[in-house]
This record gives sequence, structure tokens and C-alpha cells, in this order.
Amino acid sequence: MSVSVDPTSVEPSRKHSASTPAGLSAATVAGPSGRPAAGSQQVLRPHAEDAFGAELAALAAQDDRPRPARWRLSPWAVATYLLGGTLPDGTVITPKYVGPRRIVEVAVTTLATDRALLLLGVPGTAKTWVSEHLAAAVSGDSTLLVQGTAGTPEEAVRYGWDYARLLAHGPSREALVPGPVMRAMAQGATARVEELTRIPADVQDTLITILSEKTLPIPELGDEVQAVRGFNLIATANDRDRGVNELSSALRRRFNTVVLPLPETPEAEVDIVSRRVDQIGRSLDLPAAPDGIDEIRRVVTVFRELRDGITADGRTRLKSPSGTLSTAEAISVVTGGLALAAHFGDGVLRPGDIAAGILGAVVRDPAADRVIWQEYLETVVRERDGWKDFYRACREVSA
Amino acid sequence: MAGADRAGGGPGAEPLLLGIRHHGPGSARAVRAALEAARPSAVLIEGPPEADALVPLAADAGMRPPVALLAHAVDEPGRSVFWPLAAFSPEWVALRWALEHEVPVRFIDLPAAHTLAGPPEDTGGPPAAPDGIRAEPPGGTHPGPDGAGAIGAGPGGAGPDGGGAAGDPPTRPGPGAEQAEPQDGGAAEAAGAAQAEAVDTTGTTAAEAGERAAADPVRVDPLAALARAAGYDDPERWWEDAVEHRGADSGDPFAPFAALEEAMEALRETCGAGGDPRDLVREAHMRLRVRAARREFGDGVAVVCGAWHVPALRRRTAVAADRALLKGLPRARTDMTWVPWTHRRLSRSSGYGAGIDSPGWYAHLFDAPDRPVERWLTRVAGLLREEDRIVSSAHVIEAVRLAGTLAALRGRPLPGLGETTEAVRAVMCDGSDVPLALVRDRLVVGDVLGEVPDTAPAVPLQRDLTRLQRRLRLRPEAREREVELDLRKETDAGRSRLLHRLRLLGVAWGEPAVSRGTTGTFRESWRLRWEPELSVRVAEAGGWGTTVPAAAAAKAEADAVAAGSLAAVTALAEQCLLAGLADALPVVMRVLSDRAALDADVGHLAQALPALVRALRYGDVRGTATRALTEVAAGLAERVFVGLPPACAGLDADAAQEMRRHVDAVHTAVGLLGDTPAAAPGGPGPGDVRVRWHTVLRTLADRDTVPGVVRGRAARLLLDDGGTEQEWAARVMGLVLSPGTPPTDAAAWIEGFVGDGGMLLLHDERLLGLVDAWLTGVPAEAFTDVLPLLRRTFAAYEPGVRRSLGELVRRGPAGGAGSGTAPSAGPPGFGAGLDEGRADAVLPVLGLLLGLDAPGAADPDLPAQGTRGVHGTHAGHGVGEDRTAAATAGSAPSARAGTETGRRRAAGDGGGVRMNAVEGAVR
Repeated sequence: MSVSVDPTSVEPSRKHSASTPAGLSAATVAGPSGRPAAGSQQVLRPHAEDAFGAELAALAAQDDRPRPARWRLSPWAVATYLLGGTLPDGTVITPKYVGPRRIVEVAVTTLATDRALLLLGVPGTAKTWVSEHLAAAVSGDSTLLVQGTAGTPEEAVRYGWDYARLLAHGPSREALVPGPVMRAMAQGATARVEELTRIPADVQDTLITILSEKTLPIPELGDEVQAVRGFNLIATANDRDRGVNELSSALRRRFNTVVLPLPETPEAEVDIVSRRVDQIGRSLDLPAAPDGIDEIRRVVTVFRELRDGITADGRTRLKSPSGTLSTAEAISVVTGGLALAAHFGDGVLRPGDIAAGILGAVVRDPAADRVIWQEYLETVVRERDGWKDFYRACREVSA
Repeated sequence: MAGADRAGGGPGAEPLLLGIRHHGPGSARAVRAALEAARPSAVLIEGPPEADALVPLAADAGMRPPVALLAHAVDEPGRSVFWPLAAFSPEWVALRWALEHEVPVRFIDLPAAHTLAGPPEDTGGPPAAPDGIRAEPPGGTHPGPDGAGAIGAGPGGAGPDGGGAAGDPPTRPGPGAEQAEPQDGGAAEAAGAAQAEAVDTTGTTAAEAGERAAADPVRVDPLAALARAAGYDDPERWWEDAVEHRGADSGDPFAPFAALEEAMEALRETCGAGGDPRDLVREAHMRLRVRAARREFGDGVAVVCGAWHVPALRRRTAVAADRALLKGLPRARTDMTWVPWTHRRLSRSSGYGAGIDSPGWYAHLFDAPDRPVERWLTRVAGLLREEDRIVSSAHVIEAVRLAGTLAALRGRPLPGLGETTEAVRAVMCDGSDVPLALVRDRLVVGDVLGEVPDTAPAVPLQRDLTRLQRRLRLRPEAREREVELDLRKETDAGRSRLLHRLRLLGVAWGEPAVSRGTTGTFRESWRLRWEPELSVRVAEAGGWGTTVPAAAAAKAEADAVAAGSLAAVTALAEQCLLAGLADALPVVMRVLSDRAALDADVGHLAQALPALVRALRYGDVRGTATRALTEVAAGLAERVFVGLPPACAGLDADAAQEMRRHVDAVHTAVGLLGDTPAAAPGGPGPGDVRVRWHTVLRTLADRDTVPGVVRGRAARLLLDDGGTEQEWAARVMGLVLSPGTPPTDAAAWIEGFVGDGGMLLLHDERLLGLVDAWLTGVPAEAFTDVLPLLRRTFAAYEPGVRRSLGELVRRGPAGGAGSGTAPSAGPPGFGAGLDEGRADAVLPVLGLLLGLDAPGAADPDLPAQGTRGVHGTHAGHGVGEDRTAAATAGSAPSARAGTETGRRRAAGDGGGVRMNAVEGAVR
């Protein structure tokens, strides 16, 4: 057995999950409702089960529906936790996810049928947020987390070794350092895998046996870990990014897939973008733009139209460029424009400030996307009332 | 349960009243069970009594649902009503049961004669209308001013696919508007209601339905009220859970009807009759018919009608009162027949408002003997496998589990369509909506097409056609004959429209023939021949509509949606204009602009543009409104402009030739488009289009990555169009023909530049000088490579031109070795000063050409000599001359042929360059 020190096999859990950002949310609202759980005052961002502990407790107290084995709440109550509502005793449950009800229902049902759940979506659609809250509501623990990267090794998914002990005493259960998934199996809890498609394909396939046979063999010991009832796995993945490792069909078959959509209405998206831009802008000490909302609306309109392949009035079809054009990108375009305006302009967000950013976001493929963008400019933007200055600015940067 | 006693009493004092929901498979099943148990002596069905005579056809072997009963006014086929019946419709089940058991069937609703007689503009709509089961309200179409313009009647507005709502002319009066309405807003509720039977928004104007919705929500949707009471937000789901999903396990086949009747009674007690006077009339008629049936067949009759009507039929009223209600209703002469129907048209998504949005699912629920969810998901898996998606049995198992658990989470007794769809999405489709759309299209809606036996009475379309033939005095004859139509005459224009419309419908009565004698756009030649099988075609086309224009419009819309290529849609747009189908144009245009927007191949766009512009000009001739067309054409041109330069990069020789043709086609189209005055308002002006096109041509001509032939062509077009200076052309040509350019590229450029005839070279000495100088400089080894290209270019010239060119070269180019050295007096490329004698010699011929009184006979040889002679003669023969001669020489041209050509050219429309040359000669 080769011996090498593996830096990723150290204690997982807490450290990892603390770095998980709350998805800038197409559809997240919520926030910790100003009620930090006891003992977490020093933490920048408490876990869902801590931040919303009171709500979870209230739900559990009044939940008289059947619960699957080792679930803290019934599926119905989990759905209520995510979607919000008012309990019989008047406790208000804040909505954690604002979006189609059916998505949450399918997600919860999937977990209840012991099938693994795959949350798909472009960046910024609250995948991580939803998975964290699901795990918190179902198992009361959202920290059994594998953060997927291109460098995630098999040990991070299965188990590692305590090499000092391994060298001293040889292979034994004591020398084994269980990974988050293994611990979830043993506890009958919900494990989470972030960015599943970033993990190399051979490492991904480690999950196949775990998901189909619910066992994790340990060939070194001639042993295995069998999942306790209640174990399940939530994975999140990004389906439009480049450089991802497609799931093998064998693995894909073991997941029920739920696609988290982008915000349904332009108003919702404008709201999310402006709120988020405001937050970022303040942290960067950018001056508030007086009439920035118009430009934000413009960016959101352009992004939505190109993304959906149809103009907002539903009259004209458009080609869609290869970029994702997600809400998160709209936010960065506006933030970039603000920075431009603040440092090099007169502090007012103008079409010229966002034109370059939009061009960069839209034209990812220099040949095809440029044609799409030009077409959009000439057939849609040029004719639109009140968009003359924007059109001119775009022409300038596109030329 | 009191209701149970009454309903379940079977043959007794009371008729058996079976309240149903139209198109409800659960209702259908319950009706069958109830009929089996009760064994009535006659079955009375809610539907037009005129259809009684057609009942036996339902048992015909050739009859396969979905079908529809079609009633139409005899004098006005455009006014029609449909009663669609699917295999899972309770009415159909009752009908078939009665036929199988040889029990008489009667339809008891208000006669279609009354329904169709109501003046459509009456805001009250027809005095009575059959509810829910009717897909189509009375056509409500008025004949246009010329009598032939009745468009969009009957199913016309509802092609199989989505055409309905969009195709509805906004002016359609009365009930017609209703069919478009369920698509949007507040009236969507009403649509749900219409489907749930009890509600009777059909036959009223949309506005009225809206008012009623505001006034009395319960009447508009009583089931919604019941569902709300049961804690459901969606009445559909409530109905499915409460009625459709109940297995046949309950012992008493009458129990569901009794319960439903009770509920309806309670509803009607609280809401009254719902405030719709037409319901009262209809119910009065139904009561009278039921009474008559009981006199005829005894008390043991069963009535199958919408659940809403059951309490009204139960009520005892005075015969006289009912008669009074029915007094004085207007009557129209009507005819009824069976027509084939499709699941797609049953579906709400076609803008039809028939009632149900998942006929395929309902059919499945009705047909599946047991385990509907498992069978459904297996079918879905089968479909996805056919489409090459990997779907294993394990997927099906997991989907069934997910659907079941989801239903439990939502507190439903069985998974419904919603749950199974979620399961299919999450398990089989990787969360994607794309394969799901396929499932929806093929299974949830489905492609089931009904059939009607040949013995069914003629469809109204045939009647309308006969009427039109009579009016336009265009008799169907088996003998082939040709007709010449002058489109400026009213009758001839009508004939042309009729023939074009029939062609769209696949009734190939007339074939367009090449017009003789004239090229004017106001003339058309047709070869007519009526084959007997065309009658069959007409019958087949009957499903599209009840009048020729309506059917043609519906067919055109459906064709547009289904069309494979952009060019096909453009051609269709052209046909629509020829056929005067203004109603179909919006849909066709929409499809066209959608296709154009998504088509990434500039070639396709470039192909589509000329036809579109041509259509635009036809439209002008025929006085059709072409505003929409202009916009689409301008948009298309814009896309071509944007896409053309990138698309021209990196082409091989064949693709470059192809692209050259595209550039030519677009150029011609832009020329025509620029001439169209309609382009002016709002959008970019006509001049604008041309200016932008010039910019594109310039980009093409200047870009090095563009193949030579395209660049040369672009430069030439720009030059011809006056979009640039001759100086520029000379400079570009000089650049291309300079030693830095590979000879093959240069040769290709020359092909593009002067490939369509050598007149330019003939008249611009400087350009010829450039070519000559370049050709002289081509290295010997490259010359053999270049020669075929050049031969191809010059061989296409007319012999006279070739000969003249050869002579020119032998004489030596004007500018010597290229740069314009001619003295400043003349235009570039021409010799200095005038040779008066030669110019005079031209005059007689010119006078002849221009129709002036020319003294003396003209010598045909003179003009050629004259023009040619303007160029100075130069010394300096060399290798180049022989080479150019080698390239230009083809067959041995005679001087005579050359001048013939020259004359013809000058007599024709004459490009600017050529006229300039003549002018120069004259001056």
C-alpha cells in the first residue's frame, strides 16, 4: 500500500461548509430573519439548522404526519419549511425558497423515496441554498458536505486514512477517516455534494455503488459500511458551464433531477439584481447611483431576452448566445458598470458603462455570439423607444 | 340518500338522469355502468335533435372517434356548430351503448336550426347554445362585402395546431370571439368552466362571459365552487379526484350521479339558474323532449346531459310554460353531418376552447383496464426510447414511485397527470422540459385522428365550393381547358383567388400555366381539369373549415407551422397573398420571422428574401395589405446584412459560387425592397436599406478572408449601383490584381467582377487595361492554373462581346499598362475628345432605336463601330494581347452577331454603364 499524505483527508465538515456562500438567489429570500441561534454569534454565517432552529423546532412540535425513518420532519413539513406558511399555533415560517411550489414538492418527495436528488441550474438559482435547507430540515444537519472541485479525490467522497495509525498498526477501522458521505450513511442522515459535475468522472462514479446498493465497501479491511435508513444524498450541479464533467448515464440514472429555474418575472429579477448590487456596492464603497434602476432594468431585459430567445413583448424570436446570462452575471455587469461610473465617470450609471460589460457577457464565442449580438442590436435595440443612447453605446463598443 | 333513490330507482316513475362532465372519462365509465345496470328503453343525449338521423352512422365500421357532429346553415356554410365526441366522451359511450343494445337514441338539446339562426351580432348570442360539449360556437362569420370574403368561419380559426387564437380576426362578431378568449386572462377561468360542462360560456361573446364571470362566479364555474368547498384550488383536480379517479369499485353505479346531482342542486339553489336566459330555453326544450320520449318509450328512459342541467330536468314544470319559452325562436335551414376530428383539436391549447387540455391522458384513463399510472409511464418510456433517450425499466419503476409519493404528499388518492408529469421530468428527462414537450405533444394531447364513413352527408365545404363555382361561372369540367384571367376584373380576381385557395387545400383543380403574350403581373393563365377524385379531396379538406377561404386559411396556417424550411414558409406567404388569405398572413408571417430569427444559415435567409420581396410586389398589384410583410422583409434583410460578412469567410470554391448567387439574389431583392414605398413609415426608409446594403457590399469587397469571386461580385454590384466611385473600383481591382495576390484568387475575383458579361470591360478601358496588365504579368506556371477560371469567365460572354474584347486587346488597351493615362477630357476609360464623324454615324441607328424619325436606312454595323471607335487606338502589342485573346477567344464570332447583341442590349432596359457608353458616343 503506497503511503502518502493526503491533505484532503483531514476532518471535513465544518470547515468546508462554512465557506459555502448562500446562493445569490434567484429565488432566495429569507435570510436569517434577524434571529441568530445561540452560540453562533461569532460566526459570519450560521448553518441553516442553527439560523432557523426555532422554526424547525416549531414545525417538529406540531408535525403529526408520518415521518420517514430518521427524518426530523414529515415530508409535508419539510415542504412547508422551505416554502413558508403559518402553523396552527400562529408560528410564521419564513419562505426559504421563492419559486414554483412543484419544485420543492418533487425535491422533498424524491428524498422520501430514498432516491438521490440532483439540483440542476445555472449559477445563482439557489441550488446550494435549497440543498442546505433540505438537509437541515430532513436530518437537522447540513454539514455533511463534499465540496466538488476538479481536484476532489476519491478519499473526499469515500474515506481516507490516518497515516500515522496506519503505519503503526496497519489497516484497521481505527485508522480509517470517514468522509462526509460515509458518516451520513452510518448516521442515516442527508449528505450533500456541491458542484457534482466539477468532480472528475472517475471520482463521480464512486457514488454509483453508494446510491444503488447503499453500501460503501472498504476492500482494504474486507469490510463495508451499510447505509442506515434515512440516508440520502443531495447533489448540486451546473448544467451550462464549460469544463464540467458530464455525469455518466449510470450515475445519472440514480438521481431524480430537479432543475431550478431562473426568476420567472422581470420584476423579480430586477429586484434581486438591484438588491444584490446594492449590497456589493456598499461593501466596495461605491457611491449609490441615482437612477441606476433604469440601467439595471435594461441589463435584465437584455439578458432575459437573449436567454429566452424571445423579446419581452413576445413578438420577435431571437437566437440565444452560448453564455449562460444568469442573474449572477447581470449582477456583475451592473456592479462593474457602477465601478466604471464611480471611478472614471461622473458617478451616474450610464449606458456606456454597462455596454462593455454586456458585450463581454453575451459574446463568449467570438464568431457565433457576435453575429447574434449584432442581430439583436440591429433588429431589437435599434427600434426600441428610449434605447437610442444604449444602442449607440453598444455600437461603439462592438465596433 | 334521497338523491340515490331518485337517480338509482332505475326504470320507474322518474327518468334516469345521468349528469356528466363532457369529455370526462370517469363520467363515461360511470355512464356505461349505469346504463348496463338500468337497461333503459331509450337513451336521450344532450345534443341537437337534427342529429337523430345520423345516429346509425355511429355504428358504422368506418366510424372511429374522435368525430364531431357538424351543423351548418344551408345557405351560409360559414356558420356552423361542432359537437366533438371522443371515445371517452360520455355522450359517445351512451350512443354506442344504445346502438349495441338496439335501444333508440334521441338528441334532446335545442335544435341547431335555432342555434344557427340567431343573428351573430346579437350580444345575447344565439338564443340557445348547447354547452360544454360544443367546441365551436356558431361560426359567427359574416360574408365579407364581396360575399367571398367569409373567412375564418367554423374550424377555420383552429388549425390543428395553435392557429386558432392567432388567426381569429378581431372583427369577428359575436360568439366567434369566444373561441379565442379562453387563452387569456380572466376568461381563462371561464374556459375551465366551459370544460367542466356546467358552465355555459360558449355561444356568448367573450365580453359577456367576462361580465358574467364578474357577476356570478358560481354560475360560470360551479365546479370551482364545489372544489373550493372541498379545499381544492384547482377545480380540474377536484373533479379528477372526486369523480374521474374513482375506480369502478363502488357497488352502486348510480351513486356518483346521485351525489353529483345533489351537489348541483345545492349549487343551483344558492345561485339560481345562473342568470343566463338561454339555459332556461334549452332546459325547457330538453324537458319537452324528455316528456315526448317518455310518451313514446315509456318511463324507463335514460338522459345523459351536463350535470348542471340535471336539477332543471328533474323539476316538474307546466308543459305550457315550457312551450311559451320556446315560442318564436328564429329558425335557419340547417344540415348536419359527421366530420372527423382530432385529439389536437379537442385540446384547449389549440385555442379552441373545446374543453380539455389532455385528451390523450383522458383516453388512456378510459382505455387502461387497470394500473393507469404504471401503464402510462411505460408508454412514456416507450416514446422516449423511440426518440433515442436511454430509459430503462428502472426509470419507470422510480417514476411510478415518485409519482405515488408525490400524490401522497399532495394528499391525492391517485397520481394525476400533474404528478406523473413531474415524475417523468425528474426521473426520465433529467429535469429538462424539452423531452417533456414531446411527451406532452405525442401522448398527453396525442395524434389520434378520427374517421367518418363515406356515407356521411356532404361536408359544407363542398357546398360552399359549388356556390362559389356558380357565382364565379367556373364550372368543373373533366375536359382540360385553359383560362386567361385578367386580375383587374372583379370576377377574374375572384376566380384566381378560388383556384389558389384550392391549390393550398390540395385540391388541384387548376394548374398555373405560363402566361402567353404578356409578362404583366395582372394576368394569370390556368389549366383547369376537374378529376372525379377531387371531390374526395374536397371532402378530406372539409376538416379544415366549412368555407373555402376559411379552410384554406386554416390549412395555410397549419402548413406554416409544420413547414420544414424557411424557403417553404416564404413560398407559403407568397401563396397566401396570391390566394388573398389575409387572415392566414399574420400566423405565416410570425412563423416566418421566427424561423428567420433562429436560422443561422445566411444562405437560407438569402434564399427566402427574394421570394418575400416578390410577394411584396404581388401584394401591391393585388391591393393586399402588405405592411406586415414589409416589416418581415426588412427584418430579414437586416439579418442577412449582419450575417453575410462572417458567413463569407473560409469558403471553398463551390460554396463561394453559391454565396455569389446569394449575394446577387439579395442585391436584386434589396433593389426591389428599396423601391417599395411601404417600407417608409416607422421603420428604416427605403434609401436606408440600400445604404446599409452598400455598407455590407463594401465590407465584403474589402475583406481579405472573403473568397475572390464574392469580393469581385460585391465590388461590381457596388459599382453598378452607383454606391462607389469608379476610382475606387479601379483601386480595388489594382490591389487584387497586383503581384501580392495569388493568381487564382485574382482570377476568381475577375470572375466575380465581370462574370456576367463583358460590357463593363468593353466600355471601361482602364479596367480592361488592369486585367490585361495583370494577365501579362502572371507567371508562366501560374497561368495554367488561372486559365480554366478565366476561360469560364470569358466563355460565358456573348460572342460579340468576346470578339470586341479581343479586338480591343489586339489594338491595345487605352491606358497602356493600367493607370488611367487618358487625357482629362473624357470620362475615365474613354478616349479624349470626340470623333465627330463616327459619332454622327451613330445617330441614324440611335434615332431608330429611340423611335425618332431617322433619315435614311441605318447600317446595323455602325453602332458597334461607333462605340468601339471612341476608344483611341494604341500601339504596344505584347504577350498580353495574345494571352487575353486566348482567354477571350471562343467560337468564331461574326461581326454581325456582335452588333445584333449590341442592339438588343441597348434596346432592353439597359444598365447605367451601357447607357453611359452610348451617351458618351453621342456627345
